[in-house]
Amino acid sequence: MTFVNWFKRNVVVMAGLLTLAYLLLPNVVVTVFSFNRPKGRFNYQWQEFSTDAWRDPCGVSGLCESLGLSLQIAFWATLGATLLGTMIAFALVRYRFRARGAVNSLIFLPMAMPEVVMAASLLTLFLNMGAELGFWTILIAHIMFCLSFVVVAVKARVMSMDPRLEQAAQDLYAGPVQTFLRVTLPIAAPGIAAGALLAFALSFDDFIITNFNAGSTVTFPMFVWGSAQRGTPVQINVIGTAMFVVAVALVLVSMAVGNRRRRQKA
Amino acid sequence: MKTTEETTKAGGGDVRLTGISKTYGDFTAVHPLDLTVPEGSFFALLGASGCGKTTTLRMIAGLEEPTAGTVHLGDQDVTALPPYKRPVNTVFQSYALFPHLDIYENVAFGLRRRGIKSVKKQVEEMLELVQLGEQARKKPHQLSGGQQQRVAVARALINHPKVLLLDEPLGALDLKLRRQMQLELKRIQTEVGITFVHVTHDQEEAMTMADCVAVMNAGRVEQLGTPADLYENPRTTFVANFLGTSNFIEAEVDSTSGDDIVLKAGGGKLVLHRARASVPAATGGKILAGVRPEKISLTHADDAGEIPEGRNRITGRITESSFIGVSTQFVVDSPVCSDFEVYVQNIDRDPRLAPGAEVVLHWNPAHTFGLDAAQDIDAGVETVEEEVA
Amino acid sequence: MATVTEAPPTPAPVAPEKKPPRKRGRWTPYLLLLPGLLWLVVFFALPVIYQASTSVQTGSLEEGYKVTWHFATYWDALSEYWPQFVRSVLYAASATVLCLLLGYPLAYLIAFRAGRWRNLIMILVIAPFFTSFLIRTLAWKTILADGGPVVGALDALHVLDVTAFLGWTAGDRVLATPLAVVCGLTYNFLPFMILPLYTSLERIDPRLHEAAGDLYAKPSTTFRKVTFPLSMPGVVSGTLLTFIPASGDYINSDLLGSTDTRMVGNVIQSQFLRILDYPTAAALSFILMAAILAVVTVYIRKSGTEDLV
Repeated sequence: MTFVNWFKRNVVVMAGLLTLAYLLLPNVVVTVFSFNRPKGRFNYQWQEFSTDAWRDPCGVSGLCESLGLSLQIAFWATLGATLLGTMIAFALVRYRFRARGAVNSLIFLPMAMPEVVMAASLLTLFLNMGAELGFWTILIAHIMFCLSFVVVAVKARVMSMDPRLEQAAQDLYAGPVQTFLRVTLPIAAPGIAAGALLAFALSFDDFIITNFNAGSTVTFPMFVWGSAQRGTPVQINVIGTAMFVVAVALVLVSMAVGNRRRRQKA
Repeated sequence: MKTTEETTKAGGGDVRLTGISKTYGDFTAVHPLDLTVPEGSFFALLGASGCGKTTTLRMIAGLEEPTAGTVHLGDQDVTALPPYKRPVNTVFQSYALFPHLDIYENVAFGLRRRGIKSVKKQVEEMLELVQLGEQARKKPHQLSGGQQQRVAVARALINHPKVLLLDEPLGALDLKLRRQMQLELKRIQTEVGITFVHVTHDQEEAMTMADCVAVMNAGRVEQLGTPADLYENPRTTFVANFLGTSNFIEAEVDSTSGDDIVLKAGGGKLVLHRARASVPAATGGKILAGVRPEKISLTHADDAGEIPEGRNRITGRITESSFIGVSTQFVVDSPVCSDFEVYVQNIDRDPRLAPGAEVVLHWNPAHTFGLDAAQDIDAGVETVEEEVA
Repeated sequence: MATVTEAPPTPAPVAPEKKPPRKRGRWTPYLLLLPGLLWLVVFFALPVIYQASTSVQTGSLEEGYKVTWHFATYWDALSEYWPQFVRSVLYAASATVLCLLLGYPLAYLIAFRAGRWRNLIMILVIAPFFTSFLIRTLAWKTILADGGPVVGALDALHVLDVTAFLGWTAGDRVLATPLAVVCGLTYNFLPFMILPLYTSLERIDPRLHEAAGDLYAKPSTTFRKVTFPLSMPGVVSGTLLTFIPASGDYINSDLLGSTDTRMVGNVIQSQFLRILDYPTAAALSFILMAAILAVVTVYIRKSGTEDLV
């Protein structure tokens, strides 16, 4: 009877943990197989332990070049989307203007559309314009689909901000520019940072839109895709594992720093 | 920046509003109004929420643009100046402390924006004045409500404004702390001698702190005066009900003799001094006779004979009584008014005064005030209850 | 002493003219909006129009295309590729339902039961994002490999017999079957379900659970009558965030499926990038877009959470 009760109380917890396991299982596999020495061209079956790939992560031609390109595109796309998106978010929250509904739909629609549709229609445009596919077309596309997500993130933050804070700054002799730089921007910063982070992740990991608009340029996801057809080098797993570890470590460190700072102040 | 320096030096510190009004579309928040706040006074704008008091305050601060009229500080017309060029500072409702800056930087904000480099001494002195020297490096959210409130005052006062505007500064505090802060604010005001304009919905707060109170209702100033004057001589039912409690009797003017007006209400007669009637009395005309509950004495009907001559009297039956320590509050049902409130000090308690008892209410005629009968008896009543709750 | 007088009801007539003009940047919002909106108009809205026009063009790559209002392309595309459309909807819907069933307990766990583990679990939900999703999807090839431990276990439990009977799997294989594709879709979009669910669950005051219990609701009743209704905004945005990308996806089908599991995304991709039949590809893409927009609109209206946007 007690076991039944215990089970009833914790069935949610167990189901949740199973889902978590389902989410993490592929990462475990990716990590384990980064230490594999596959027999053929594909790294899908366990053969024997090896650290070869870890010692030579750039050992496959084109892999690290594609990684560098992806980072570069993600950086510029983040910068562009964050700048444009933040401006839109401020306009939406702080000002009245005509055609507000149309503006909102234009921002919502890219998020409510399958990527393949956006990818295909953007390619149609580029083909019609006779644009050369490559770095610039990828960057343009990435800024386009990251923009809406930045707007949403920044908007949420600016909306929750007390308008009296800006009035207080004005009351304390800060002109419009000073008010923006000293009060508005610092307070909106977490929202802007969240939007930027999201944009970076979306751009870095994007495949579908890039696949359509890259021409012969190869980003990291494109490289992985290509290798899935031709043969998967172990180095892919090394990069994937490293990024996972670095991301978790960064989050943990930033949380620890935040905790310590809070404890010092209290 | 230059303008600020100049205006700070200019003399004459009255705040003068001339024909100032504010409309939003069809809605009139503030009807054209003239108001002068003398330099160095503690002035309160009192009213229920939505009466236009905060809008008036924000027009003085420059945060709201008046639809018509002008704002003068001393001799300077500041109507066109943006808030950051006015020698006026505000303590905002819920304080609006900058969450990303510590207490020290919050207080130093105004000085720094005016290009003052060495702020250390001034900030420290100001933090001492509000007793927060120890908390200088904490962030606002680490302070209690009362401390945050004092930071907001310090942040505004450090700029030596000509006028300090306070928008419901104590609204977020609990009752006990509010009492304490009322005295604290009064002390600071006396110490620095700056004009304070204080917006509040709490009549007790306004009466405790202010030298002069303007009672606002529906975008107009109903009455203006010292707290005692407003309480004793309300000129409208709104003021009579909003400040404290009043009992009203709908009466008819029976006759006038010398300084007295004799009123007819129910079966009996009441006397009202002519000086205390805010409307001219003509025989046969209607008038509202008002009396405060604490001015009334309560005598059991059996002892009616002992009541001295010359007092206004009304008979009734007690329907409710509640003991609240210093006094007992009775509700009496009488032919002229169904719920007459009477507060009796607990000096000698008469055990016969219980619900159901027949009683005589009587008071000195000098305590009766007369108001225009053509107004809502209950104006200002519900709003008070709402705000207090 | 202070003085007050009511000004005459009609304010001074000259006042409006004398009022100094204070410019409060009437153009500021438009300047702020301009660059970003221009970007979206040129690279999002305009392409959609281009695509619409492409879909009614005829011609060939060599001779060029002309708008001939050839609506038959739509009919041809639908009649040829309707199985892929149906499959897309079925797979995406199954993945969405699975995401909801799997994601809800985890979101609930993080919101109410995780205690001091909350942040850690949150990180573990988000962190996989940083490993490229293609790499993670490829890992499913290993997990679901023929004769591997997962397939072996399912076979031993006779689960595969049931799924094979339902047509979800074929023989003793999981890879290259609909089940593998749906499994991959579910996996890929699960975080998009969990995060909005968590956000709306986290807002629920835990005292509401106690109040419901106090008012004679069993835990299951509390969930049905209080928790679930209050988490509806999360359910709605989660299902949309899962269904929309899943319906247009072609990666899971390509990596984990076979030619029998091709979805409409695969068709558009190959028409555009390999076969180079632009009108057909554009027509398919346009149909998909219209269908999704219709579904989203109806769904948002029905669930009454229009402020979600």
